[in-house]
Amino acid sequence: MYEFDYHRASSVADALSALGKAEDGTVISGGQTLLPTMKQRLASPSDLIDIGSLDELSGISADGNGVTIGAATTHATVAGSGDVNKAIPALAALAGGIGDPHVRNLGTIGGSIANNDPAADYPAACLALGATITTNNRSISADDFFTGLFDTALENDEIVTGVTFPRADKAAYMKFANPASRYALVGVFVAKTGEGVRVAVTGAGEDGVFRVEEMESALAGDFSSAAIAGISVSSDGLNNDIHASPDYRAHLIGVMARRAVDAANG
Amino acid sequence: MPTVSMTVNGKSVSGEVPANTLLVEFLRETLGLTGTHVGCDTSQCGACVVHVDGKAAKSCTRLAVQCEGAEVATIEGLANGADLHPMQEAFRENHGLQCGFCTPGMIMAAVDIANRHGGKVDEETIRHELDGNICRCTGYHNIVTAIAAGAAAMGK
Repeated sequence: MYEFDYHRASSVADALSALGKAEDGTVISGGQTLLPTMKQRLASPSDLIDIGSLDELSGISADGNGVTIGAATTHATVAGSGDVNKAIPALAALAGGIGDPHVRNLGTIGGSIANNDPAADYPAACLALGATITTNNRSISADDFFTGLFDTALENDEIVTGVTFPRADKAAYMKFANPASRYALVGVFVAKTGEGVRVAVTGAGEDGVFRVEEMESALAGDFSSAAIAGISVSSDGLNNDIHASPDYRAHLIGVMARRAVDAANG
Repeated sequence: MPTVSMTVNGKSVSGEVPANTLLVEFLRETLGLTGTHVGCDTSQCGACVVHVDGKAAKSCTRLAVQCEGAEVATIEGLANGADLHPMQEAFRENHGLQCGFCTPGMIMAAVDIANRHGGKVDEETIRHELDGNICRCTGYHNIVTAIAAGAAAMGK
């Protein structure tokens, strides 16, 4: 791999300081997406600032409203968390389906969200559950956080510190995974919370995660897969690559959404 | 140049390493532990799986400097002298390999599976847990059989 400078941050404040001094620095935690991206030269930061071992960013807490997950918490930890399994089992299941066991031991929720890969799993959970993303200086709703392909509302001098997910009355995530990469060709997270019903889709959109409001309206009246059986999603704006055409992805959105509703109804 | 200290197979190692040194490069080229293989180098095949602080990780997708203070275990650290680890013995006994290139990663992943699921882990679970390990000879049948036998032996 090409040469870069490495800084092992001793605190979030130290990481921000190093980030500010770097010419073109970026934050690394698990590195399960960033390092492969750097090997391919799709990213070439001058400096890596490592926040992966900061205790202040790791851990899970739960209360009556929901769960808060530290940014450097691994997917394996979320998948195995008693608190997450109790409060939002669909979120634990989603974490347990990311990549493979070895990737889940290192990859983190903060990295997944900050990178906003259009085929990542966590953005769908954030948008469907109405999560709040916390950074070193503010809180951002998921609605405002994911702004486009690999793009977020994060400023250059801002680091994700945690994510808070409200409890759901019903929720489920269904993914049609690429058999090689395990990334979502299409993933649909359906959630019924105190705020209403949301349907969020990852893997399919050219601009990343998005909601399907027609399905949400139908499910608000009747939370059953039959209620959305007649809804077809337009292929406009959906990804077209060697793995799947826009039409196929549009079809999969309907299939995954119906399966997710059935799973949420148990 | 950054410095790093870690424990590899129970021995303390430390030194200066370029920041862009992958853990697998550090193991193979600096320490001479060539049992850990590089297959795809894109974090898909799992030939490079080692244990970092007791958990399976792909050493091609980890910088050596990220392992400061970590306890790393490689395939070389499994056997007790001439006595094979029960999982190694199970791979030998069940012919859980063909060309053998994926075997170190398979065995390290297998030990991790046994650690998490215990001695009675079923075939479906084993196959699901091998999501991150590819055998390009497609010799999965005997690998799965070997892992079940190895996990059972480890549980004794």
